[in-house]
Amino acid sequence: MIELIDITKKIGDKVILKNISFKVSSGEFITVLGPNGAGKSTLFKILALLMKPTSGTLKIGGVQVKDGGINLRAKLGVISHNSFLYDSLSARDNLMFYAKMYGLDLAEKAVKEVIRQVGLELSYYQAVKTFSRGMLQRLAIARCLLTNPEIVLLDEPYTGLDQQAIGILNKVLLSLKEEKRTVLMITHNFEEGVEFSDRIFIINRGQLIFSEPNNFEIKTLKDIYLQKVGITA
Amino acid sequence: MTLIKSALAIVEKDLKAEFHSKEMLSVMLVFALIVLVIFNFAFDVKKQIVQDIFPGMIWITFYFSGLLGLNRSFFIEKNQDCLLGLMLAPVDRSVIFVGKMLSNFIFLLIIEILTLPLFFIFLNIALPQNLALFFLVLFLGSLGFVAIGTFLAALSVNTRASDILLPVLLFPVLIPVVLGSVAATKGIFLNMPITDWSIWLKILGVYDLLFIVVPFMLFEILLEV
Amino acid sequence: MEKNNLWELILGGIAYLSIVVALYLIFLVAPEERVMGIVQKIFYFHVPSAWVAFLAFFVVFIGSIMFLFKRDYYWDAVSLASAEIGVVFTTIVITTGPIWAKTVWNAWWTWDPKLTTAIIMWFIYLAYVVLRLAAGEEEKTARFAAIFGIIGFLDVPLVFAAGRWWQKTFHPIIFNNSNGGLDPAMKPAFFVSLFAFTILYFYFLVKSTKINLAQREINRLKDAVNEKIYG
Repeated sequence: MIELIDITKKIGDKVILKNISFKVSSGEFITVLGPNGAGKSTLFKILALLMKPTSGTLKIGGVQVKDGGINLRAKLGVISHNSFLYDSLSARDNLMFYAKMYGLDLAEKAVKEVIRQVGLELSYYQAVKTFSRGMLQRLAIARCLLTNPEIVLLDEPYTGLDQQAIGILNKVLLSLKEEKRTVLMITHNFEEGVEFSDRIFIINRGQLIFSEPNNFEIKTLKDIYLQKVGITA
Repeated sequence: MTLIKSALAIVEKDLKAEFHSKEMLSVMLVFALIVLVIFNFAFDVKKQIVQDIFPGMIWITFYFSGLLGLNRSFFIEKNQDCLLGLMLAPVDRSVIFVGKMLSNFIFLLIIEILTLPLFFIFLNIALPQNLALFFLVLFLGSLGFVAIGTFLAALSVNTRASDILLPVLLFPVLIPVVLGSVAATKGIFLNMPITDWSIWLKILGVYDLLFIVVPFMLFEILLEV
Repeated sequence: MEKNNLWELILGGIAYLSIVVALYLIFLVAPEERVMGIVQKIFYFHVPSAWVAFLAFFVVFIGSIMFLFKRDYYWDAVSLASAEIGVVFTTIVITTGPIWAKTVWNAWWTWDPKLTTAIIMWFIYLAYVVLRLAAGEEEKTARFAAIFGIIGFLDVPLVFAAGRWWQKTFHPIIFNNSNGGLDPAMKPAFFVSLFAFTILYFYFLVKSTKINLAQREINRLKDAVNEKIYG
């Protein structure tokens, strides 16, 4: 579903990503771990088709990405620590807007359905600025699922979430898995959400240094992570 | 086709948001009124002087009021990283420029329509003979402002200095529009024959075209992440 | 490296020499103008400065385009260097202009379209420099500056056109155009001065670009050292 071949990214003189190669099959759930400055957000931007790599090949759904892959962005959904939602608009208007930007047919129907899925029907016409943090999170998830993306990218999704919100997010991750969507979660927090992963990747200093099936206990994974990343206790 | 559709979706979104919050328009309107009142006090309202400086007064009011709107228009995109949300969509980034420019244009026109009658009343200015031409000048002048203004607003909001950088970048580059709109307005209100001042319409036209096309082409580069 | 230094030396030498020759011609050979007296000699500095200012801005424009195409920071260094030099020469233009105008026509400002364009250019240059200070990280600074460099330069012809018509419409020409009727005896001084200023500009450009590139290298090394120490 996603394939990276020798992806390198330079910004100015700095090499941020170096010869990254991996394959993600359809329906797989990957967690990408790494310390700050490892190149995770750059990797995210390249996967989200926001940024072109300096060299290398990227394939989404078997199709090679050329010229920024604008059309391929329709296959992607993103959940980030920012909600991408407009304060002054209602839940409905927010999602209708994105539906239009993604060229969805039968937009109103899709919007109603996805808002129902996240349990926000009662706030359909409510302005987002009145939402609680939990409601905001749910609407952000709805925004992502609205376009029925084959691939879901998560960028540090656990940042700033309280226990309840973490619970909601975990439920969503589980359902993404059950719906057989391809999921790639980028995070530096390996206490949460790792249990859903089929494989674990570790990135450090722009290179993919670890890529194994997820048969680990959290403690073992922690040790491996610290060792790989070279942090002394 | 999707370009126009997506741009219009952005315009619709901005209009709806403003309709609910009324933050931007209210500030712009109040500011314009304050400027009008200050002008009243600052300049001795003897008839002849007022006739002379009237064109300059209205355009200064519109440009400074417009400046507030420009800053605002990208602030709302910075909030919750909505700009990134737009860039994730399967559309050319230049679409964002077109959409934003159009919504800013509409907002500026609204302010102009609301404040102009007050200018006429307070300063005792007679309506120009050729109203249609006046509207044309308003259109061209506002469009030029909004085109380069939207572009530079997108640029400044993405710097450390943020919105305070915008006037520094915008006003020097805006000079041809300032001169053009004021001169053409003067021509209209002094009832000068159009051949005398039609050159200004051409200058405004060229400026508008240039500073819609070039920012359109550069916008993709501006928004590189 | 050595070859470059040799060319630089030659360029500097030519610049120095031509300035000396120009000064000689301006003050000792060119006749004093009847009406304006010695103040007229500002002309030999004012006009070449204006030419250099415009040339500098054009180089910023080209440098900006090249940077956006190639993303080679060499072009960014060139653009910045040219902008800095441009500010200096534009300042000379907008200070010598009014001095001359006040002496000759008893008016500090004349709405001459060239002077108007010069002062707007000055503001655009300044905005360019302020933008570079305010942009943030290096890549963004270079990219934004390049974008603004292009926009700013494209604006200049329109500013000139607007300025010209503004003068025609609202300040009909009472003042004679300064360039009209250059006495043949003044021509050598003028053209040598023009040449000298141009060579001087290029000399400054070369040197200044080197400084900018060196600055970048220093920053790069500092970052590398930090990486090594702190990982």
